[in-house]
Amino acid sequence: MDDLDQLEAQSIFILREAYRKLKPLAMLWSLGKDSNVMLWLARKAFLGRVPFPVMHVDTGKKFPEMYKFRDEYTKKWNLELLLGDCPPVEEIDPTLPPAARSAARKTAGLAAMIDKYKLAGVIAGIRRDEQATRAKERVFSPRGSGHKWDVRNQPPEFWDQYATPHEAGVHVRVHPLLSWREIDIWRYIEREGIPLVDLYFSKEGKRYRSLGDQDITSPIESNASTVAEVIAELETSRTSERAGRAMDHESEDAFERLRVAGYL
Amino acid sequence: MNTIPTPAPQDAATPIVIVGHVDHGKSTLIGRLLYDTDSLPEGRVAQIIESSKKRGLTVEWSFLLDSLQIERDQGVTVDSTRIPFKLGKRQFVIVDAPGHRQFLRNMITGAADAEAAVLVVDANEGAQEQTRRHAMLLRLIGIRHVIVFMNKVDIFNYDQKKIEAAERDITALLHQLEIEPTVFVPASAREGDNMASRSDKMPWYKGPTLTEALAAVPAPSSRADLPLRLPVQDVYRFDTKRIVVGRIERGRIRVGDEVVIGVHGAKARIASIESWHTAPQVAAVAGQSVAVTLEPDVIPDRGDFLFPADHAPLRAARIRTRLFWLRQEPLRVGESFRLRLATAEHQVTVAAIDSVVRLEDLTEHPAEEVPPEGFAEITLAVSETMLFDPFVPGTADGRGVLVDRNQQIVGGAPLIGVAESVAGRNAIHPTGSAVSLWDRAQAKGHRGGVFWMTGLPGAGKSTLAREAENRLFARGIDVSVLDGDTLRAGLCADLGFSEADRRENVRRAAAVARILAESGQVVIVALISPTVADRALAQQIVGEGFHEIFIDTPQATCEQRDPKGLYAAARAGKIEGFTGVDAPYEAPEKPDLRVGTTDASRDETAARLAVYITDAIRLDATAQRQTS
Repeated sequence: MDDLDQLEAQSIFILREAYRKLKPLAMLWSLGKDSNVMLWLARKAFLGRVPFPVMHVDTGKKFPEMYKFRDEYTKKWNLELLLGDCPPVEEIDPTLPPAARSAARKTAGLAAMIDKYKLAGVIAGIRRDEQATRAKERVFSPRGSGHKWDVRNQPPEFWDQYATPHEAGVHVRVHPLLSWREIDIWRYIEREGIPLVDLYFSKEGKRYRSLGDQDITSPIESNASTVAEVIAELETSRTSERAGRAMDHESEDAFERLRVAGYL
Repeated sequence: MNTIPTPAPQDAATPIVIVGHVDHGKSTLIGRLLYDTDSLPEGRVAQIIESSKKRGLTVEWSFLLDSLQIERDQGVTVDSTRIPFKLGKRQFVIVDAPGHRQFLRNMITGAADAEAAVLVVDANEGAQEQTRRHAMLLRLIGIRHVIVFMNKVDIFNYDQKKIEAAERDITALLHQLEIEPTVFVPASAREGDNMASRSDKMPWYKGPTLTEALAAVPAPSSRADLPLRLPVQDVYRFDTKRIVVGRIERGRIRVGDEVVIGVHGAKARIASIESWHTAPQVAAVAGQSVAVTLEPDVIPDRGDFLFPADHAPLRAARIRTRLFWLRQEPLRVGESFRLRLATAEHQVTVAAIDSVVRLEDLTEHPAEEVPPEGFAEITLAVSETMLFDPFVPGTADGRGVLVDRNQQIVGGAPLIGVAESVAGRNAIHPTGSAVSLWDRAQAKGHRGGVFWMTGLPGAGKSTLAREAENRLFARGIDVSVLDGDTLRAGLCADLGFSEADRRENVRRAAAVARILAESGQVVIVALISPTVADRALAQQIVGEGFHEIFIDTPQATCEQRDPKGLYAAARAGKIEGFTGVDAPYEAPEKPDLRVGTTDASRDETAARLAVYITDAIRLDATAQRQTS
């Protein structure tokens, strides 16, 4: 087994564990590269099926290419798609910096969906290497009342044993991609032939390395126009993946505040 | 889509955990290592430098890891972090484990899967409490490859004799734990000596630098050639097929192999290996998550091992384990848990505490309880016969984990062997209920709980307890009151008022309250329980769902009320050891609720108490958590 085989096997184990222990369960599908890989891994785990709904928390500000991709693959992959919208920015904590405030809309939208469908588990595609705060996550991360992440009081997690609390008002965020790195994602996309929105590939010297809302995401300088070229570019790149995400950089603790409140 | 040939396979990253006492230099080591091996992304270096400048400091490498605001505020690393880094072609992941005592569970979370450990020891301070504790854990979680990083040797002016003396002390300690350190590296993380390049200040040292020692860590040994263990994770029914899924923990399977299933021992053949978007498979090896069909089409349960008939696991209903205890309260004989082993879950009871490790010198001693975050050997009585393999480092064998009724992990319990039943020994077999707390709570519409009222004689505890009981009962809440006088009339009629008897009185009240609360009841206890130690004992016995309520009535008022004429009797010297007169009352400093009785009417006070209780037992109230 090579490193991708090992990552794949571990993610499948996690997805099957979540499916067994957490009901009802749903998977977040942000339409980005990571959540496409996650969806692909679910189809591997369940032999071509996705036995739970996928959720798109729609900020209404995604790129048109992303909406087109969503509708196309919902049909192609026979997905049960749950759509949720987000409250207007005026309803969000005004003490957050502007981009974080905009991103926090998604947190509110997600919270509403979790409550609406009374979800016990939500599978999300975050990775440790994306951002320092995410490096602190557990694979199974229980969220108490108000969906809060109690970063100082996380359960122990070792030997592939995960916390699966049965309590009203508590749901578990499940992170099957936590140990993957950005380059692993791309190498797996290449190996498996996983489809992506073409915003990730260079047009006129620019491409998106990470996809969020149109107004708070910016492209990078790049000539990589194929998966192989992206991999080659990442092997030499030294800037961080989320450099184009405005809310990560506004203040030292803005992102952690977002995450404690339930942001991904 | 692109059709590009698959890149050459890469080895998975080798996880290395960094452990050691707080302030012995773990974070500095990691920061410096990343810097020396040119492994820092530009963004992060810039952030660290900026952060250090903002705080008016020279560049502090440990800031790299303290990425959370709260950590900076406290100046300690709270949780483990994973940092990828490369030496030549080889990928590593550094797991940083915190040195602060109460964060043991975070350290284990980070360290349990590591291939090797770097134990950082301050050369001048030598082994400290955390050094011993972490070394003990390395043994219990089964890490075989230990690099001792003797840090800050610049303090010794790089003197060979002093450094080697410090080295001998650590070697002796590790030998006590049956750990053979792979290598000692005398170094200074801050100065960069023997990190990535050889120090010119210690020409006498011929061993490897830290990076050389890391590069020499052996790759994980393959588990593929061991006898098969495939724990069943789940069974799906897709279309007309029944599919058994799980991860192969060791060994391999081939289509056509005969396997034995679980403790019941049915036999079946692997009829097919199912997969999606791969070439058809006829074999699979350790590490793979597989889906198989069986012939005949038997239905295994989650937790059943599939294994070869000629290499069966052990069978037992009493098992010895080496425990690392993660709860903040002690563990006692008689407590029940679920024991998880791979995907299996068994009901177990602690039948005996065989010995507890004393951390000061790592010796084993008999003891009544395992202290918070302690180490011990215990015997578990399982409610049924179970299959297991004894713990072997470097494999998944015997990796037992204890979880409580809320499915929270409370301890690691490497299974070391079958326990003999010894006649006459303190062997008890309490039965665990199959009805969970949550089932009970849902049936009743509220949680159980213990509301422990403490206060001076005459403070109004019993009166308030009865008033609150009335109000709660009227709302359909299953509530009862245990008050001091009632207890002493019956259950505790044999007890007097000596210190030992008072303590026994508290212990009995708490034990009864716990039983009632576990059956889903709300229990209000009205007991003077005058000392902090009394209440701590009660809290320990009751565990989760304990609330301390202080009925805060000034002594003058109590004495003036004196409903039973006891103050008068005590003042007259007719009663000895009366709390408030000639025995002390230690008021709680931080009760969960403080109730004053002088400013409000009895009705208002009882109403307030009832509201507090109602809130605390709501189904959606967050369960009281263990906090450090």
